[in-house]
Formats: sequence, C-alpha cells, structure tokens
Amino acid sequence: MPRVLWFPAALALALVLLPVAGLLVRTDYARLPELITSPASLNALRLSLVTALLSTVLCVLLGVPLAVVLARAGGRAVRLLRAVVLLPLVLPPVVGGLALLFLLGRNGFLGYLLDVVAGVRVPFTTAAVVVAQTFVAMPFLVVSLEGALRGAGDRFERVAATLGARPWTVFRRVTVPLLLPALGSGAVLSFARALGEFGATITFAGSLEGVTRTLPVEIYQRAETDVDSAVALALLLIVVAVVVIAVARPRALEGVRS
Amino acid sequence: MRGVRAALAATVLAAASACAPAGEGTALTVFAAASLTDSFGALAERFEADHAGVDVRLNLAGSARLAQQIQEGAPADVYASANERTMREVAAAGRVEGEPRTFATNRLTIAVAPGNPLGIESFADLAEPGLTVVVCAPPVPCGSAAEEIERITGVTLRPASEEQNVKAVLTKVRTGEADAGLVYVTDVLSAGQEVAEVELPEAARASNDYPVAVLKDAAEPELAREFRDFVFSDVGRQELLRAGFGAP
Repeated sequence: MPRVLWFPAALALALVLLPVAGLLVRTDYARLPELITSPASLNALRLSLVTALLSTVLCVLLGVPLAVVLARAGGRAVRLLRAVVLLPLVLPPVVGGLALLFLLGRNGFLGYLLDVVAGVRVPFTTAAVVVAQTFVAMPFLVVSLEGALRGAGDRFERVAATLGARPWTVFRRVTVPLLLPALGSGAVLSFARALGEFGATITFAGSLEGVTRTLPVEIYQRAETDVDSAVALALLLIVVAVVVIAVARPRALEGVRS
Repeated sequence: MRGVRAALAATVLAAASACAPAGEGTALTVFAAASLTDSFGALAERFEADHAGVDVRLNLAGSARLAQQIQEGAPADVYASANERTMREVAAAGRVEGEPRTFATNRLTIAVAPGNPLGIESFADLAEPGLTVVVCAPPVPCGSAAEEIERITGVTLRPASEEQNVKAVLTKVRTGEADAGLVYVTDVLSAGQEVAEVELPEAARASNDYPVAVLKDAAEPELAREFRDFVFSDVGRQELLRAGFGAP
C-alpha cells in the first residue's frame, strides 16, 4: 500500500468522526438520563427498533430474489432494471415519501383500491413507516448481494445443474450459501438505513407519538425547540445502531466468509 | 498527475472567488418565517428596485429553526418571526438591537378539500370519529395556537399526525391524505384553488403576533433598519394585507 494513501484516508476518517465528536461535546450530560428516558423518547426508540427490524426482514425476503434475478438473468431490460433499483438512493427522501403517497395514498391508484376493496388506509399508520423504510433501505441489500453474486460467477450453479440438481435445489444449496456473507453486511446496511430513515417517513406516514414518530422524526421535532434534547436523542440513536450492528453481525461488515 | 494538480488549483481558485464580495453589490440577509415567503419575497424585490446594487437574501424557514441558527451565530441582518416566543429567545441571547416591533398578525383556519365534500362547518366537526385531521406539533407556533383553540372551544382533537410545520399540514390536505388541517389564513390564500377554507371564528382569540428586529452585529445595520422600516411602510402593509395578514 502506498504511504501517500494515509493522508486522504485520515481526512476521510476525520470527516466521519469529527462531527460525531462535535455531538459528544455538545451533549448536556447532566440532563442526558432524564432526556432519553422520557416516555416520548422511549416510545420513539421502541417504534424505531420494531419498524427497522420489520423493514430489514422485508428487505431480505424481497431483496434476495430480486438480487438473484438481476445478477443471473440477461438481456437489456435487466440492465435497465439494475439502474432503476438504485432510484431510492438518488431520490431525495421527501420525494420518495411523495411518490409513496401518490401510489398508496388515498388518491393513489393502489391506495384507492385498497381503501375501496379492503377498507385499508396505509398513510398515518405504522405500516406506512415500514413501507417507507423498506423503500429506502432495499437498494443497499440488493446492491451488496448482486455485486457478490456477479463477483462469484455462476460456475457452481452450472455445475450443480449439470449434475442433475433442479433449479430450486440449486438456489437453496448453492446460490443462498454463496450469498450468506454479503447477506450479513447487506442486512446490516439496510437496518442502519431504515433506522435513520426520516424524510420519506415524515412525508408518507406523518408524525404521531407511538404510531409513526420514530426516533429520527422525534429528533427532528425537538431540534426545532430544544437542541440539547435533540442531541441527547441523536446520541441514543448512534449507540443503538452501534450496539445492534456489533451484536447482530460482529463480522458482517468485514464481508468475510463465516 | 499534472491534470489532477490543475483541477485542484482550479477548484481552489473557484472557491476563493466564490468567497470574495461580488463587485460593488451589497447583500442584506433577512431571516424570515416560512409563512412570510410570498409577502417578503415581494417586499425584497421592491426594496431591491429602490436600492440599486443591493441584493436582499431571504432565508425562509420555521421561526424556531431560524432563531436557533441566529443563536448559533448565523450571519443575519434582520429577523422576522411568526411568534413572540422565538423572538424572545433571540433577544435573550443578546442578538437583537433595540425593541422588536409587531408588524402583522396571523390566525389559524380550517383547510379542507375544494368544495368541502365532507361538509365540515366548525371546529367541533373536526373531532368526529373517522375524520382524518392533521395539525402542527405543539412545540411549533401553529401547534401551540391549535392547542389554544382546543382550550377555548373545549373540543379535543385526535389528529392523525402532528406535523413539524404548517406547510406540511397544508401538503397533507392538498394531496387529499387529510380531510382537514389547521393552517394559517395566509396558507389557504397562497394555496389558491387547491384547498377550501372553513371559517374558524374562535381563532381570532388565539392569533400570532409577527415581530421584526434588526440584529446586533448586522453586517449592514443601516440597510437593515431601512428594510425594517420598509416593512411598516404603506407598501409593506399592502403586501402583507394582500397575503392575508392582519394589522397589528
């Protein structure tokens, strides 16, 4: 490794760490316990954990098949789809929220159908939070998995098929095990993104304590009026994210084969 | 490598020139509450027309956020806020020159879909079950005004969402997600045909005062005072009236 890399690397690290350090400096430690254990904070924390976990599960259930299709199917349409899947990464979250409203809102075509046929209204519910989080977090999972699959190539799958394995067996016994290391890091990335999700949530789901007001939305609200309390909650969010990542997949982020 | 160096040098030069004052022009920075977007936008244009070489830069956001930015040392010459509490905070931080003065009032009203399809007639109607009502969160000015109206009328709402600012409430009504929302009279006016208004007479007893002040350490104190006085001038009053504000 060329030594000169150390300089930009240190700059990059400083760019990530110094703002967090600024947060730590600004924290009012005397009021910290009281601020993060208030009912509003605990409600927001609980809601955030539950919705982010549900979103991660949804990301895995839907994102794994999508990644396999994108990595293994050929053709121009699939190449185009690969770009389309990344859209939620590029869209400003508020625009993502509006897009979800136009689809699942009362006047959106799917939302209208749901309302008339099943009497279900999605906006302003906890389900809306999960949908918004899944929308923004899914690309992280799909991109990680697709990259891993294409890097690994399809020779194992082809060999298994020539040995007489049916497609479903190949998927279960060859493709999924190939995916596992990347699945860990992809799921952690999705979870982290879902936990921090804010713009699409507030636009699509609104903000009501215990129902749709997740930790980031609560932080946004407090930042208007009480910075100390917003900083305290931000600290809580960071600690939760770090703990969950450390406990759930200690080696996931390294991307090594376990 | 030479290409990289040239690009770097160009970037540094561009950054340096961006920081330098642009010619002879003078910039006046005005921090104004989001509800003043239309009226102060018009005022800024008029002011620039009267003052050659002056560029009025409007920073429009929620009053509380602006107050916070000013307290953190944001460079601003004038602050116009949507309620007295946020102005008091800035004054308490020692950033206000002289006494803030009220230049307008605003009050809440009920915004519904065009044509009022659900036939909402009063504040009490908003409490009916099955109705999706959206309000501002209590910490922001439009939220505390909503709470005040609840107190006055004795009607307790069960909102589907407590939004962070009044424009977000308006958006929920505009898109049809909410059946009704509590917004300012000025918001209903600016939304034009997209929403209809249901009169809310009780709101007159819970109106907000809009104070304006010149800030200490203003880069352009003279110009800042002129702008403040311009808000109180006939032209200023007309613009505010047209936007739906009440006289102080």
